[in-house]
Formats: sequence, structure tokens, C-alpha cells
Amino acid sequence: MGTGAMIDKFRWYEKILVYIGMLVFLTFIIAPFVEGFLVSLKPLSLLFSSPYRFWPENGSFDAYFRMWTTVPLLGRYIINSIFIALVGSSIALVLIIPASYALARMAFKGRGAVLGGMLTINMFSGAVLIIPLFQLLRNLGLLNTYFAMIVPGVAFTIGTGVWLLRAYLLRIPRELEEAAWVDGASRFYILRRVILPIAAPGILVVAIYCFLTIYAQQFIYAITFNSKSEYMPLAVGLFGFFGRQDVVWNELMAASFAGIAPVVIVFIFLQRYLVAGLTAGAVKT
Amino acid sequence: MLQQRGAIIFAWCLLAPALLYVLVIVAYPLVETIFLSFTDASLRRTYDWIGWDNYTKIFRSGFSTIIIRTFIWTFFSVLLKMIIGTCGALLLNVALPGRAIVRTLTLLPWIVPMAIGIFMWGWMYNGEFGMISGLLQRSGLTSSPIAFLAHGETAFWATVFTDVWIGVPMVTFYFLATIQSIPKDLYEAAWTDGASRFYRFRRITLPLMVPAMLTMSMISLISTFNSFDIIWILTRGGPSGETTTMIIDTYRTAIGSYKYGEGAARAVLVALCLSVFCFFYFRVVNRLSAQETK
Repeated sequence: MGTGAMIDKFRWYEKILVYIGMLVFLTFIIAPFVEGFLVSLKPLSLLFSSPYRFWPENGSFDAYFRMWTTVPLLGRYIINSIFIALVGSSIALVLIIPASYALARMAFKGRGAVLGGMLTINMFSGAVLIIPLFQLLRNLGLLNTYFAMIVPGVAFTIGTGVWLLRAYLLRIPRELEEAAWVDGASRFYILRRVILPIAAPGILVVAIYCFLTIYAQQFIYAITFNSKSEYMPLAVGLFGFFGRQDVVWNELMAASFAGIAPVVIVFIFLQRYLVAGLTAGAVKT
Repeated sequence: MLQQRGAIIFAWCLLAPALLYVLVIVAYPLVETIFLSFTDASLRRTYDWIGWDNYTKIFRSGFSTIIIRTFIWTFFSVLLKMIIGTCGALLLNVALPGRAIVRTLTLLPWIVPMAIGIFMWGWMYNGEFGMISGLLQRSGLTSSPIAFLAHGETAFWATVFTDVWIGVPMVTFYFLATIQSIPKDLYEAAWTDGASRFYRFRRITLPLMVPAMLTMSMISLISTFNSFDIIWILTRGGPSGETTTMIIDTYRTAIGSYKYGEGAARAVLVALCLSVFCFFYFRVVNRLSAQETK
């Protein structure tokens, strides 16, 4: 018998109250998406008419076709965003996996300090370091390249990434490594052939975390370190819909949904792992 | 594993790439920011050491108003995130049909690129044609359109609200995980003793959530204090500076006006505030983990 059956069930009016609560909560969460989608269906004349009308009468998917000509580089911007997030999260993983293995499994002086330091990285994100970062990227010749957005983006995923993956690795039994060690395997071989396959679900969670974070947060680096439109991520590219007089809101919203699509697709396939991994990591830390 | 020395060397080899990366991209710029804050660095190639000038100048330029505003902004944003996140976690914990889909939808603001979510809010706040103003008028609550981002006070709360929206998913899921890690037999024991549902919430759920609430509010405090995209995209710190927080002012001074020295001094003040938060964060974490091992 499940433990839930022991405790009193919700009465019908309590259920209704919970559903009302959920509805209010959900409205707050998804209102911008619903409104954004309705806007993408409305013709501009309906958008800029008063009184306000919620439903798109004689709405159409026009905006989804016209947006590509209004902002000719739109497709490029979306691909740029995906590319930056893909390369960024790959680099992040190469840094995070060995580091979190060392922090999970090996006892050495200064481990506590390194772990604490990893937590503090996120503190100094974004605008605080923007001036020296600008100079650093300029000296490295990385301004106005993809790396102007990738390099700082990666830095601010390392802290959380290491903590998440370490929490996962801590739950893998030590005996597996010890058995391989007794069999004469080298440390590197153990990491590659024993740990990596078992840790794959945890690594996947961290990979999604890095991808989503970098995909979501390119804005400040892009407006500061990049002035070339061919390298622009979508977040900045969307300003192409801001005209001198008016904003082409329906096409802006349509383009936004095109930009959301990649992450939602990633999310739909992997959400089980992500939710489980994030909550496990959160409780552990 | 047995060979201590070899293990330690191996550990540092594994750590080296990540550490080097962080040192070059985070630690070095941090030190450089402190150094620059004592100079008159600008677009010119050369600059001089000017001591505390930047700092004295900052406080003569009304920066204290911005500091106070930043704290108020952060306080209300974090407070609302905690309240809404707690309610959300409690709701999502109830075993009723439809819960799974609500849980998935709750994560949306977190997975969607920040700028895109902000653009959507930007439209909702639009005075003449936006949804919020539109619905308020249609329901008869207001007679004329409200341009939320055009007036200081409403713009302030509009930016807070958007920040809350972006932060709520993380808080909700963190609290949900906390609630689910509470042992079920505690509830059963209380139920057998005849404790009402509200009593069980007040005496079991709430006290056991306090550590998570403390931890999450510190994490949330840091990210809210650093919040840049929301204000920058919605208002650029306007109208007439009423949504200018320390981060926005830092960015505008350093990158907008090319006053690197003055901007760096502001960045140092931001970093100082964050260090204070972090200090308290570590104290909370240490105290909590000490309690756990007891």
C-alpha cells in the first residue's frame, strides 16, 4: 500500500481550491507566452487598435513568413545562438567533468577552498567584470568573433556545473573504481571507461544546464563585445524588429517563438533527466 | 585509492583546466577592476593613478540613491520569489491529475532565453496596446491606458515583476525537492495523532523548509542584485533614472560613457555588496551542514 493512502484524502472542495491555486500560478507563468503567441497571429492593424482585443480575429501565420524578409539575417541569428551554446557547452563540459571528478573522489589540501571558490564565481557575473573582460578579449583578438560570447559565457557555467556533477558523482559507489584499480587499470582509464559511462545521465543534465544557460544569457556579452551582425545571437538580433517609429510586434513575437523552439525541443526530450538531476543536485548542495 | 602522492597530482591535473579558465576569465578581471577603479582610465590608451578620486566622485553624484534603490529592488524581488515559489511548490506537490503538465510548464520562464521572455513582458506592459493595460480597461478597473514603463513608480514594479517571473521556476523546484525529501512517516505519525492538515503544514513542512529558504534566498539575492538584462531591455534604467540599479549604472558609466575608471569603482562597490551577501551565505551553509551532521 502506498504511503499516500494512509493520510486523509483531499475533500472535493479542497481539490477545487488546489486547482484554482494552480490556475492562478500557471496564469502568472504562461501569460506572456499565451499573449506572445496571440500577438504573433494578429495583423498589425488589429494590434494597434483600441480597445484592446484579446483574441486574434481573422488571425493568420503571416508574421511567421514575413519576419524572414523584415530581418534578413534572422535565420543566421538563430543558428548563431545555437552554435554559441553548443560550442560553449562542449568547452564547459571538457572543463567541468575532470574537475568535478577530482572534487568528488580525491582528498587533497585545498579542496574545500576550490569548492567554495567555484560557488563564488557566479557572484561576479555580467556587468561587474565587463571592463577588464573587454580589454582581455581585445588583447586576445577575440572581439567581434563567436568567442567574444562563448568565452565569458562558459566561465559562468563552471561553478554551478561542477557542483551539480559532483553531487551526481558522489552517489556512484566507490567499489567500482576500486575493483578496476585492483585489476591494474590506470587512473585515467578508470575515469574514461568506468566513471564516464556510469555518470552519463549526470553529464547529460550538466550539458543541458550549460546549453540552456549559455543560450539564454548571451545578451550582455553580445551587446558589449560584438558589433558584427553576422555573429549576433538572436537576443540582440530581435532588435531588428524595432523600427524608427514602431515595433513590428507580431513578427517580433513570431521570431521569438522561432528562437524558443530549439530549447523547447531539447527540453521536451530531456526534461525527465533535467528535473530529476537539478532537484537532486539542489538538495545535495 | 592507495597511492596518495600520485592521486593528489592526478587530482590537480584534472582540476587545472577549469581552475586556469576561471583564474583568467574571472579572477584576473576582478583584480584588474579593483586596480582600474583607482585610475582615470578611459578610451585614451594612457591613464594615471588617481587614488580614491573615483570613489569620492561617486558619492557626490548621488550614487547613494542608486544603492538604496538597488537594495529595495532586490529585497522586493527576492521576497516575492520566495512567497510565490513556496506557494508554487506546495501546489505542485499535491497529488492530483494534471500535476505533471503544470510542473513542466512551470519551468518555461527558466528555459526560455531571457531576452525573449523580457520582450514578451515589454509588450504586455505597453500602455496603449498591451495586454495588462488592455484587460484592466476592459474590466473597468481603470478608465485610461497605463503606460507601465513610462512612469517611474510603475516601471520600477514592472521590472521587479519580470525579475520575479524569471526567478520563480528555480525557487519553486528547489522548494519542491525540499518538500519531497521530508520523510513521509513524519506526516503519518502526525496524522495518526489527529493533527489537521494545516497543523501538519505549520509544524512539519514549514520548519523543515526553513534551511532551504535561507539557502535559496541567498542564491536568489546574488542573482537578483546582478540582474541586468531585464532592466536594460525594458527601460534602460529610465524613465529619468528611476529603475537604475547599481549594475545598470556601472554598465552605463563604463561601457556607455567609456569612463572605465569610474565604472570600475562602481563595479568594485557592487562586488563588495555581493561579498557581504556571500559571507552570510557561507555562514548559513556552514551552520546548516553542522546541524545536519549532528
